[in-house]
Amino acid sequence: MTMVLRMASLNKYFGGLRACCDFDLTLEEGELQGLIGPNGAGKTTVFNMVTGLYAVSSGSIEYYGRNIVGVPPHEITQMGIARTFQNIRLFPNLSVLDNVRIAYHFHAGYGVSDSIWRSGHFSDKERELTERTQEFLAVFNLHTRQDEIARNLPYGEQRRLEIARALAAEPKLLLLDEPAAGMNPAEVGSLMELIHFIRDRFKLTILLIEHQMRLVMSICERITVMDFGEVIARGTPNEIQNHPKVIEAYLGRTAALRGAPLAG
Amino acid sequence: MKRHVLGQDLRFWLLAIVVMLVAQGIFFLGDRDIPIFNLVGGPFAKRVIISACTISIVSLGLNLIYGFNGQFSLGQWGFYALGAYAAADVTYRWNIGDASGLVFVVLVVALLAVTYGLIGRLIRRSFGFMDEMSKFTLYLIGTAMAVVVSLILTRLLHGVVGAIFGILPATLSMQLVFLIATLAAAGLAAVFSYLFGQPVLKLGGDYFGIASWGLTMVMFVLANNADRVFPEMKGSRGMIGIPVVTDWPWAYLFLVLVALTMRNLLDSSHGRAVISIREDETAAKAMGIDTTQYKTLAFVIGSFFAGLAGSLYAHQEGFLHPSTFNFIKSFDPLIIIVFGGLGSITGTIVASFGWAMVLFYILPSILPAGGEGWRFVVYPLALLLIMLLRQQGLLGGTEWGFLKPTRWSLAKKLQSQTKATEKAADAQAGAGVLPPEVAR
Repeated sequence: MTMVLRMASLNKYFGGLRACCDFDLTLEEGELQGLIGPNGAGKTTVFNMVTGLYAVSSGSIEYYGRNIVGVPPHEITQMGIARTFQNIRLFPNLSVLDNVRIAYHFHAGYGVSDSIWRSGHFSDKERELTERTQEFLAVFNLHTRQDEIARNLPYGEQRRLEIARALAAEPKLLLLDEPAAGMNPAEVGSLMELIHFIRDRFKLTILLIEHQMRLVMSICERITVMDFGEVIARGTPNEIQNHPKVIEAYLGRTAALRGAPLAG
Repeated sequence: MKRHVLGQDLRFWLLAIVVMLVAQGIFFLGDRDIPIFNLVGGPFAKRVIISACTISIVSLGLNLIYGFNGQFSLGQWGFYALGAYAAADVTYRWNIGDASGLVFVVLVVALLAVTYGLIGRLIRRSFGFMDEMSKFTLYLIGTAMAVVVSLILTRLLHGVVGAIFGILPATLSMQLVFLIATLAAAGLAAVFSYLFGQPVLKLGGDYFGIASWGLTMVMFVLANNADRVFPEMKGSRGMIGIPVVTDWPWAYLFLVLVALTMRNLLDSSHGRAVISIREDETAAKAMGIDTTQYKTLAFVIGSFFAGLAGSLYAHQEGFLHPSTFNFIKSFDPLIIIVFGGLGSITGTIVASFGWAMVLFYILPSILPAGGEGWRFVVYPLALLLIMLLRQQGLLGGTEWGFLKPTRWSLAKKLQSQTKATEKAADAQAGAGVLPPEVAR
């Protein structure tokens, strides 16, 4: 198995606060791994370090064997790591089509002067880019809404569009940050199917942050649990559900002593 | 595949030429004091319209930076001043038989552009990552070297260039020198904004606004004391003797080119990258957009427009006074773009013409003589009203006619497929939550 991502003894300090402490995690190709933990455990901090939005205080992140610490965010995306955000971050005033076309930007293949002079090369490439985007949107059943402004979409579709936009950047590794936040059970069900679907279709490796235990336990193959910036447990969903440290982190010490399993 | 050159198609250019000729005809008749025409096309009306074109160009540049890219810049008025003084100095010197200004400005712009390109490449290749101040230091050293080289070359070349241009008839060579001076002054504003942007564009939001406001102040002080180095600029007494060259066709041509350049840029993948930074900078980064590069691009192009407008202004009046470039006036373009709509090219142009009408016709007729200062009460009141009644400005983010972005219809493959899905959706209403390939 090829190792897609390997983080080793990763640390992140915000002043005196240690948001992430000796964190390590490995992701194998094609794997769907969950990253869970109580609020403020440092899960999103890990994502921000992998995508280059936060500077790493110490430690290493290897992506297909290459150290990506210190590489600027846009280059990391171009190397094949895409993400979604906990609170949806679409380009709110742009159309659905433009939201996805922006993710295709580094495949545009024409320069600034081409676009100003409107050369034939520009027209060809722009048409190609747009048609590709439309076909891509069709996969997510969003093509009929291509001219709609992103912020006017219903919540579930905004989530879907955000995932579609991340995939348009043609990633090999997808980081999903709480994709089910604010969704009702029916929507969570269709999200689960969507995640399975994109993973098979785009041959992705996925790292997923989620609070909805039902989702995590049913779709992840391995789970890493964080609390206060540290890894407290890792294993299969079954092992995690009965892990005393995990139960303690989520439900408190007495619950852990009573041996209450974490609800599936 | 249709090929476009700087525009949508032939119809647009025909329309543009017709508008120019009709207006030129009206001005021609107006100059000869023919009734009705002297009202809409007299020298005063022409001056108002040229002023409107000039302010449109600065405002379009600012709209690109603030309205489309989301960087709040108060520095455009500084670049406007830079363009005005640089171009005025070139044509002034030319008028007294000295080509050195022309040669120097063109050389310095070309050399700086090349130097910055080389330094940028050097930094990317050899250092990878470098902090802003170190980069800025490198760029400053490069600038000093380019200026010295240009000075030496100017000494050598200005006689020859003067002789070559001397062959042409005087009026033609004046127009030609004006065109070159305008483009070079715009280029100077652009390269200078690149240098200035290196350390400053990293600051976001208000901080960038304040830093760029500082630039406008510096330019004002420099204009006031310019006579120490360039005696012909006469500092705070005001520069006189600039040839009056800006006429309706020039102002109109530049406005059309600027508006089209902006539309073409914004309606492309690069333009969408620029806009995505305004929408959400973090998300733009996460989508693979090099935000620093696109912020610089918008800032440099916007400043290019400001320099261009400065040159047009200088050659319209034939007189430059530093008080034109003080910071109170620097809010004019800002008022215009907020009024016309942030993120709207059409809105900016409409608001600029409205601004000129108000400034030259309406205010003088309603304000008592000697009460010109009251316009600084009228503007803020107008701004207050528009903020309360229509926050998105006159036109919001919409465009008219040729300035609209290209609308792409669905790819042919998808159109038939869509019809099929619609039929299926009608058959089982409410099943559209899942992608078609998942819902089986």
